[in-house]
Amino acid sequence: MASVNRPPVLAQAPSVGDLPWMVRHDPGRCVLCGSCVAACTFGALEAALPPRGAGADERARRPQPPRPVIVQKADAVHACTGCGMCEKVCPAQAIRPERSADNRWPLLGRTAGLPARRGGRGGRSVVEAPARERTLDAIVIGRISQMTDPALDSERHTFELRSPLGRLLRPGELPLRAQGGRLVLAGETPPVRWIYPVIFSDMSIGALSTRAWEALVLAVAWLNEECGLPVRMSSGEGGVPTRLLESERLRYMILQIASGHFGWNRIIGCLPRMRADPAAVLIKVGQGAKPGDGGLLPAAKVAPHIQAIRGVPRATLHSPPNHQGLYSIEEAVQKMHLSMNAAFGFRVPVAVKCAASATSVAVYNNLLRDPYHICGGFFLDGMLGGTGAAYAVSLEHTGHPVVSVVRDCYRAAAAQGLQGRIPLWAGGGVGMNGDAAADAFKLVCLGADGVVLGRLLLQLLGCVGNEHGRCNACNTGRCPMGICTQDERLVRRLDVDRGAQAIVDYMLAFDAELRKLLAPVGNSSLPVGRADALVATRRDVAERLGIAYAC
Amino acid sequence: MCRIGSIKCREAAPPSLALRLMLPQQEGHDNSGFALVMQDLEGVFGHYKEMPLLSLACTAQGLQLVSDHMASLGFVQVAQWVPEVDARPGLNMAAMPRYVFSNYDYPEAFRRRGRREREELLLDTRLALRRLLEAHDAGYVYSFWPDVLTLKEIGDPADIAAYFRLWEDDGRLVARNIVAQCRQNTNYGIVRYAAHPFFLQGHTLCANGENTMFTRNREFLRSLHRGYAGFESDSQCLLYTLHYVLRELGWPLIYYKHVLTPLPAAEAAGREDGDVLGLIRESLAQLEINGPNAVIGLLPDGRMLACCDAKKLRPLVVGGDADMVAMASEVCGLNAILPQRDKARDVYPGERELLVVDNGLEMQRWLQ
Repeated sequence: MASVNRPPVLAQAPSVGDLPWMVRHDPGRCVLCGSCVAACTFGALEAALPPRGAGADERARRPQPPRPVIVQKADAVHACTGCGMCEKVCPAQAIRPERSADNRWPLLGRTAGLPARRGGRGGRSVVEAPARERTLDAIVIGRISQMTDPALDSERHTFELRSPLGRLLRPGELPLRAQGGRLVLAGETPPVRWIYPVIFSDMSIGALSTRAWEALVLAVAWLNEECGLPVRMSSGEGGVPTRLLESERLRYMILQIASGHFGWNRIIGCLPRMRADPAAVLIKVGQGAKPGDGGLLPAAKVAPHIQAIRGVPRATLHSPPNHQGLYSIEEAVQKMHLSMNAAFGFRVPVAVKCAASATSVAVYNNLLRDPYHICGGFFLDGMLGGTGAAYAVSLEHTGHPVVSVVRDCYRAAAAQGLQGRIPLWAGGGVGMNGDAAADAFKLVCLGADGVVLGRLLLQLLGCVGNEHGRCNACNTGRCPMGICTQDERLVRRLDVDRGAQAIVDYMLAFDAELRKLLAPVGNSSLPVGRADALVATRRDVAERLGIAYAC
Repeated sequence: MCRIGSIKCREAAPPSLALRLMLPQQEGHDNSGFALVMQDLEGVFGHYKEMPLLSLACTAQGLQLVSDHMASLGFVQVAQWVPEVDARPGLNMAAMPRYVFSNYDYPEAFRRRGRREREELLLDTRLALRRLLEAHDAGYVYSFWPDVLTLKEIGDPADIAAYFRLWEDDGRLVARNIVAQCRQNTNYGIVRYAAHPFFLQGHTLCANGENTMFTRNREFLRSLHRGYAGFESDSQCLLYTLHYVLRELGWPLIYYKHVLTPLPAAEAAGREDGDVLGLIRESLAQLEINGPNAVIGLLPDGRMLACCDAKKLRPLVVGGDADMVAMASEVCGLNAILPQRDKARDVYPGERELLVVDNGLEMQRWLQ
């Protein structure tokens, strides 16, 4: 029997089974091309020459020449994320990742005294596979027009799918004067944009690669100019390219200002040269996936062009958890909103985005009652929303589902006759099962004016991260799809045009599906707050949201 | 589905005319009730046009409660008409024990107050009476307004007419404007308050159709005015919106149609008044109907209006001659009472149209 020199086994050393994903490699199929090793951005694979020959087979007792094979590194730093890039590039179907049922990752992922970090969606469902049934999945559109009110034909009827972004005055506040049997305008009103009920969420240049961000902008421009869908996109807190700031297409963009104010030097510098007003300004106060935390851009992603656009050195960029100097809602309204309103000559709606919270109704009430009419939208971000980087403990244990908060805010406003005055936009998990139109319709019936999509768009670009712990390595700067990285070699993997095309195609399908949901309830415009169109298949959901229970 | 109708004439007409307008349309309704609002009255009420008229259907206890309450407020009853009913067996109707129509003079303190203030008093009084009667399950109060009478009952319209001797045309109950409907609202419960026409501060409305935005309308309307109450029928929203646009906002009538069925944004944006229409839509989106509805309205000044939804076009036709204009869901109703009219001049309101008939029986067609 040949003797084999092996290092002593350390009991504490991880094995590949301790990691969340195990790479299954079939040496019989492998052609030894090395593509998988080259493609794995996490360095999880390596070629090795392990000793060969074992067991009772007579032939195997003879020394065999070593043969290179692909092996997975058994250390936490190089843990496989399950992205499947190895499988994608393998010409021989010889390799694939497989979920490790008995992994010890929750412990191994917290080495060196550092909390676990990741990207992807927040919420416990991410770590509890299979995901719990979402609230929206327990709701169906149950009020179908039959006989008394004929259903519409989704193909033939004209639908008007537009939502407001901006402060809407109460009827008695309108500056209208009757003159010769007609009403004429006799005063100023706050700016209001009527846009498609979908906003592309605020994902910054920096969190996303420039090419991924460009793909989103391309899709937005195409949807607006070729498809007639006035979708708007929020810039995120990472600046906007000068060329876009000085282009007519700025009108498709919602400029975000968050607590780090990243990118605003450039935006302010471009103000005199802007040819079009932006669609809106969005003040980000909080984010659903990691409420109470500011933005986080790891140093690994702060490439030279990111330093330039944000005006920062190479370092991990933390946005503070709150806006400096804003200690109350009154200040938020008076300082932040007013200065943003004033910056664009009161021609651009200024909205605010908060993480959904048990306090959301209180915040909304304050905004509704502000006498200056300067808050033009309340964006609620639920805990199932995504992020580029956050502490896992925040992602999984903080936050608030968005559905009941939207409903509560709408009902609180309705109780005061103030519904519709400050549009409610809901995000955070919208479309996480792929059916964004159904999610959007249900949220609209519960009181939202429109929805915000984020993670779904990245998935359309090719992101393979999911809610069951796959990839979600957006924080590492090593995104295998070139979406959430600034590594030029990785970014080249993303085909901008194909990515934009996938988003456009999805939105066209979304539009058709939304009409397909409006038609049976007999409405041609968005039934905001029409909760009677919904029924819940769970009593707890029905009771909490104030809709009918059906079984 | 229900059928609606109205009559506007130079010489005051009896309710039997409204019945003759409605009964030919009965294949389209279910004969489950009869309700009418009469305005610009002659006959027994002709001498009391300025004195608010209370229309009441109640129990004996209810009548006592109402009398006590009115007395406590200082209203002075100046006239009363109790129909001599024909309670013969076999009539298909659910009669209340008492039907009383009383004219009152205003409380002393209000006699010199302005019209608006007195109108608010009338509304508050009606709402208080309604609450009072509801608390004792003692009856219904339909309207309390000068020169307006409301009668509603559950049952076969022809039998209800027989019960109230409406077929006899004795000249005591006549009016120049009548709005009528021959069906109890059966989408929801059979409740007398759910029967069209609905009335609020001089505004009368009945509608055929379903208000798919009922929930949204109701939630918003409730916050706008204390009189926007009840909501036993989804169509009450259409009356309250009419009242809000005309009386509370003081906007010209055409804007009622703009609020109910706003123009598509692209179309509105291209118009000279696009900014105004845009603002109205933004501000009153919650009052949009977005379902199938045909509407007949009667305004405090006697003008009668007709309009439809913008998409499903519930039917409505308006026709007339030199002495009478009638509106009905179906043209067979018009044929029954106006067989000699020039049918070529009948108007079927379009999806963007608002028809107004003034007191000279002149018809105007306003396009949105």
